[in-house]
Amino acid sequence: MAGTGSKGGGLPDTRAWRGLPWLVLAVVVVFAGRGLLPETGYHLNILMQAVTYAIGVTGLVVVLGYCGQISLAQAAFFGLGAYGVGIGTTDFGLPFVVALAAGVGLATVFGVGLGFASLRLGGHYLAMVTISFQQILTLVLANWIGLTHGPDGVKGIPRPVLAGFSFEPGDRYLALCMAVLAGVIWYAWRLRGSRLGRAMQAVRDNEIAASTCGINTYATKVMAFALSALLGGLGGGLFSGAFRYISPDQFAFGESIVLLTMALLGGVQSPFGALLGTSLLVILPEALRFLKLIYLAVYGAAVILIMVFLPEGLWGFVANRLRRTAPPPEGDLVPLPLLAQTGMDSVEVALAITGLAKHFGGLKALDGVDVAVRRGTVHALIGPNGSGKSTFINVVTGLYRPTAGRIILAGQDVTGTSPHARVRMGLARTFQNIRVFRGMTVLENVMVGAERPGNDVAGDPAAVVQRALAALDFVGLRADANRPVGTLSYGYQRYVEIARALAGSPHVLLLDEPAAGLNLSEKHELGLLLRRLKGHGLTVLIVDHDMTLVEQVADHITVLNFGRRIADGLPGEALGHPDVIAAYLGEPRDAAA
Amino acid sequence: MIEQIPQLLFTGLGIGAIYALVALGFVLLIRAASVVNFAQGEFSMLGAYAMVVLTAGLGVPYFVALPIAVVVMAGFGVVFAYTTYWPLRHRGQLPVIISTIGASIFLANIVLFLYGPSPAALPGLFDDAGFEVGGVFMDGQFIAIIVAATALVLLQFVIFEKTLLGKKLQATSQDKEMASLLGIPVAVMILITFAYSAALGGLAGILVAPVLFVSVGMGALISLKAFAANIIGGFGNIPGAIIGGLALGVVETFGAAFISVPYKDAIAFALLLAFLLVRPQGLFGEKIAEKA
Repeated sequence: MAGTGSKGGGLPDTRAWRGLPWLVLAVVVVFAGRGLLPETGYHLNILMQAVTYAIGVTGLVVVLGYCGQISLAQAAFFGLGAYGVGIGTTDFGLPFVVALAAGVGLATVFGVGLGFASLRLGGHYLAMVTISFQQILTLVLANWIGLTHGPDGVKGIPRPVLAGFSFEPGDRYLALCMAVLAGVIWYAWRLRGSRLGRAMQAVRDNEIAASTCGINTYATKVMAFALSALLGGLGGGLFSGAFRYISPDQFAFGESIVLLTMALLGGVQSPFGALLGTSLLVILPEALRFLKLIYLAVYGAAVILIMVFLPEGLWGFVANRLRRTAPPPEGDLVPLPLLAQTGMDSVEVALAITGLAKHFGGLKALDGVDVAVRRGTVHALIGPNGSGKSTFINVVTGLYRPTAGRIILAGQDVTGTSPHARVRMGLARTFQNIRVFRGMTVLENVMVGAERPGNDVAGDPAAVVQRALAALDFVGLRADANRPVGTLSYGYQRYVEIARALAGSPHVLLLDEPAAGLNLSEKHELGLLLRRLKGHGLTVLIVDHDMTLVEQVADHITVLNFGRRIADGLPGEALGHPDVIAAYLGEPRDAAA
Repeated sequence: MIEQIPQLLFTGLGIGAIYALVALGFVLLIRAASVVNFAQGEFSMLGAYAMVVLTAGLGVPYFVALPIAVVVMAGFGVVFAYTTYWPLRHRGQLPVIISTIGASIFLANIVLFLYGPSPAALPGLFDDAGFEVGGVFMDGQFIAIIVAATALVLLQFVIFEKTLLGKKLQATSQDKEMASLLGIPVAVMILITFAYSAALGGLAGILVAPVLFVSVGMGALISLKAFAANIIGGFGNIPGAIIGGLALGVVETFGAAFISVPYKDAIAFALLLAFLLVRPQGLFGEKIAEKA
């Protein structure tokens, strides 16, 4: 991506920050060389603790702050890294760096394992899985005496010698740790604005919407766990060399809580918050020694108070107050390419659904429905409440598994595939109950859509921004690009969803009751927008019961009632069908019987 | 080894009954307020300490102190709800989870500060140590635990199924919006659930105290076991919580006897992980699922 920064449509230029780690490194080297860092004693220990902890806490920023997955085992990962270095260097005689790599690798492997456990499991399960892992590890460290030396711990851990340069003196080792911390913070800061970082935040804000934007939510969570464990292990490994002595109680459950408190206090959304929170909580207890006996109680109370009064943490609190909404990006845009680019020319029916059934226990929400959405048409699926419309769209997008039937998208059978796999093949949708990513700006929301796997711009950050801006321009929200999405009205949030779907250049766009909750003038605007989409020849399946909207735009109408198709055809035919009139107006069609 | 089995089964059921009681309080909060309470075990710890203070400290007779401690715990449940849950109730599940974790750490360490790390002893319900039936030593306290747990489960069944209050509590747990439209004071129902849950947890702590000793660490351990019981039985499933608790108690006791004592607590966690990975809906199925 080198050299593309200035084409970012006026986004804040990040190139100036790229030199940051080198700058920090230079400062650190100067500090160490000039003897400005303490060589021994109390202040050295405090700084060592703050720096190594901050690396571990940054892991929590990734998993909890970015991805919204709670981990109560950060001290365990920290411990794996620490024991990797401790045992590796002393008992196995490995060089420090090799032992560190082993410890970090071990932590990462366990992180991936815990990430796998997060399959289908929400917050409370995950909290429990991580606590269980934490407890088991503590027991193993204390009881597997042959390997870990048990409660006695590991003594005499050496510090590294790199390319003949010894980091044995305290100030040099501290400088090394600070350099690693600077790199970690820089990486975490960059991650936030990357494709992976946006995917994590999308999973955090709305997992279902993330999966219908083509994000493999499962892989994203595993990745977040792996990164978090890696950073935990790295912090722990350096901690081991810093204090030269480790024992199991340093990595117990209570320490996981301490690390969590540090992240929450500073602000779990930002690596700078992690640094701030860690520094405060390492320095404060030392300054307030009278708290020694009761400091964990204070931490516990602090966690509650932070959650209630300062949910975004100190850093977030300050940053939110200083933040100004950046002006909307200016410059010319490439118009939004609305016609599907690939593979569709030969296919007459863009989305073919045959015999689709979905039963919930005895309830047949869908019972053998056939729908053929022809390429380049606006197809409406209507029906009274409870007719199975929402179930239909959820089955077609892969959120529900069908009981029977087949779904053919652009000539390919997608019946058994995951939601994100269908998005990759060009299916996009919006939701009846708006599902935007609330922690992100309007532009970031739409960028997630533009980054869908399989899209022509995915993987090119500058082009993604351009495409997202073009989609916002299409729905008339370009001026609001940098606003937090939650500050928009309900109607405009729906437009953000539509822009998010359009930015992915879908082959087929599914709109789930787009008029729901809109007022009269907003409905009128929506009608105009749909006509423009139709004018561009996009294939649209619209699910609604708002007749005026449907009559304005539909080329073809399918009517559902009680999970069955009761009419199908041109708008006039379908709406004039006696069964349809009966379903909507409740005429007693069996009156004669 | 074989001749040990009836004895182990009895002990396991006794311990399991405690897990079941705590798990019951836990599952009620999940259903009434969608709160996954990580401080549930601290309710037991506080209940046990309240008994220690009342009997050993103030010299109150055991059977007078027992109802007082239970009422105190119910009141504490309301305080807990107001501080830990109420301000965060509209902010989703994760902030409340973190807040209850904070509460659990706070409570354990405040008690540690006040009473120190050394465990306190609490007498059992009966002076009699127990009796022997066919080679199985029936420990009096375990009998008391099993009897009390059974009585409480039956009582709860009667309250929930046969009284108007119980119906209102059930309505609240199933659909808060609908319940409030029908004139049920949802906030009061949730507070009642917190009070009941804390009282139940406290009682479990008092009953188990003579077996486990009263210590600061007992809360965290009991929380985790109750959570594990819930997962094994099926999250949010009331009969599942009871059976899961009993099963966990038995498996753990057998594990300690036949596998390893130091890793006894790891058995529960390993079982928990195994269930989460292989059968996350538990034995009896999950009652709460997110709607698409």
